[in-house]
Amino acid sequence: MNWDFIAEYLPMYERAAILTVKLGVIGIVFAILVGLICAMIQYHKIPVARQIVAVYIELSRNTPLLVQLFFIYYGLPKLGANLSPEVCGIIGLAFLGGSYMAESFRSGLETIAPIQRESALSLGMTNRQAMQYIILPQAVSMSVPAFVANVIFLLKETSVFSAISLMDLMFTAKDLIGLYYKTIESLFLLVVFYLIILLPVSILGSLLERRMRHAGFGS
Amino acid sequence: MAETLLTVENLTKKFEGNTILDGLNLTIQRGEVVVIVGPSGCGKSTFLRCINALEPIQEGTISLQGTPIVYGSKNLAEVRQKIGMVFQSYELFPHLTVLDNIMLAPMKVQKRNKDEVKEEALQLLDRIGLKDKADSFPRQLSGGQKQRVAIVRALCMHPEILLFDEVTAALDPEMVREVLDVMLDLAKQGRTMIIVTHEMQFAKAVADRVIFFDQGHIVEEAAPDEFFEHPKTERAKQFLNVFSFEKVEHNK
Amino acid sequence: MLDLGLDVLFKGSNMLRLLQGLWVAMQISLVSIAVSMPLGILCGGLMTMKNKLVRFIFRVYLEIIRIMPQLVLLFIVYFGSTRVFGWNLSGETASVIVFVLWGTAEMGDLVRGALISIPKHQYESSEALGLSKIQTYRYIIIPQTVRRLIPLAINLITRMIKTTSLVLMIGVVEMLKVAQQIIETNRMTSPNAAFGVFLVVFILYFLACWPISMLAKYLEKRWR
Repeated sequence: MNWDFIAEYLPMYERAAILTVKLGVIGIVFAILVGLICAMIQYHKIPVARQIVAVYIELSRNTPLLVQLFFIYYGLPKLGANLSPEVCGIIGLAFLGGSYMAESFRSGLETIAPIQRESALSLGMTNRQAMQYIILPQAVSMSVPAFVANVIFLLKETSVFSAISLMDLMFTAKDLIGLYYKTIESLFLLVVFYLIILLPVSILGSLLERRMRHAGFGS
Repeated sequence: MAETLLTVENLTKKFEGNTILDGLNLTIQRGEVVVIVGPSGCGKSTFLRCINALEPIQEGTISLQGTPIVYGSKNLAEVRQKIGMVFQSYELFPHLTVLDNIMLAPMKVQKRNKDEVKEEALQLLDRIGLKDKADSFPRQLSGGQKQRVAIVRALCMHPEILLFDEVTAALDPEMVREVLDVMLDLAKQGRTMIIVTHEMQFAKAVADRVIFFDQGHIVEEAAPDEFFEHPKTERAKQFLNVFSFEKVEHNK
Repeated sequence: MLDLGLDVLFKGSNMLRLLQGLWVAMQISLVSIAVSMPLGILCGGLMTMKNKLVRFIFRVYLEIIRIMPQLVLLFIVYFGSTRVFGWNLSGETASVIVFVLWGTAEMGDLVRGALISIPKHQYESSEALGLSKIQTYRYIIIPQTVRRLIPLAINLITRMIKTTSLVLMIGVVEMLKVAQQIIETNRMTSPNAAFGVFLVVFILYFLACWPISMLAKYLEKRWR
């Protein structure tokens, strides 16, 4: 292992890791928004919108992110939509992640019995108040484990961003392997940086999951 | 002459081709305690749910102090504030403490002052002997305690009428009494209540009027003593007989 | 009329080549699935064993495989192992190795999850009826486990098929690579080919995965 090489290219990996995290976080935030909207549309069974959401979810879940990205990055500009690689990456992640988030929120909502809502309504709450104060807080905490799993999944999925010429961790590693033939060092840094990003989220996830499994509210 | 609080006219409820409630008429005066009894599936719980517009109805009208209660209408949240409902399965909100369960609706729906609501909530909790549980979460309470909190939660909205839907049916036998005592206390205070129950002794003690439901109809309506001692209809007699046991003859 | 660049696909054998590319990806996933399913079942069984050391080893294996993006694993095997061991590994072989390692870990976890989700009462009541240990597994536990497992295992298959799109990145000529080649050669005559061709790739992947997802969903509902 050539430690000088590692020291020299550490800053390059840092920049790449920051890009990975930045795009990942923005993409995930949009995925959460898309997921919440879809889950609400499905929960309230809004006609037409509901069918559109169903089609979207199937399309998003049954195609790879890489293919989605190629279509967005190389295909869409042909119709006049010129987007930077960053924006494409975020759109792709939100498109993929939205359906996964929607599913986790939907299953969270399904665990809340309808009579909880009726109980809120019988106290004079409006539908919106019942959703805001009673259903959502419970549903969200029920969907925490699936939510964290999705976050990890989406962060891992960002590894394909290099295919649309974003200088992320994969791009940097491949670049250095090609340029200097320092395969081991490049891969070592790649793994270390992915661990730095993913390990904390993963540990947090298993802690939360354990808490959810062993106790409900109030302990 | 007492004021008429609730009026139900020709209430008809159908579900998937079955008629659950068939043209019911009923008026309830302020301060009256009405107990509804009847076999399972006779429509008594559905009746309560219709009064609170939790179910769509096909015909008829329901009105509280002259205000119609219409499923899906805009003013529903307003009318429902005047109707307190307690469910068989308590339905406390598991993510909120006992105190927050009680205070949420008065604060968010009625926009009342927090301190004032809190004082009232604690007072009510004290009255049912659960003041020390104010900061507990529902899962830390027994079934009987949960149901008493659910009653207080409904009371804190200052409702005109209280609906009780088999509130002791899910409880262990030793906890039934503590809940019924709270309800007896409310009756003594002159609250207007509609109670659906299977506790016949309690019904006899608490009711001003007993209504016997069967297959979506009001079959019999009478003062409690009269209903339990001298039921007029054959169906009521049969129903009441279910609650008495004949002694087993041990033949050797 | 809007030029969607779909005409390229009808030129020569382009569509056929694209489908052959899909077949390459499918072959990699089919081989990987065929190998990792039985290995995963074995792993899952071992993970429910009482032996702490065995459980610990599989736990570590599972966590390591799971936390890394599959693309990183592909890089490690394709670039890293060839460097360290000096052997020659084709992209296809490297892909199969990675997907088997990954599939075995995931399948093992699904099997473990299905096994421990059977409540203890089921074992107890079966034994209370006088069934032997083997009979308990044969008639009570395994049928229930299988019902929980199959929909999840089918979902794993769709995940594998989707993940095969990554093998492009280690130089395997699969559908995406063929698509790029087609677009490149027809750059002059059909400048909008990227739209049409990638749209078709998108649809083909969808057609490969969707029926399988539907089957999983159907079985899950039926066996719930």
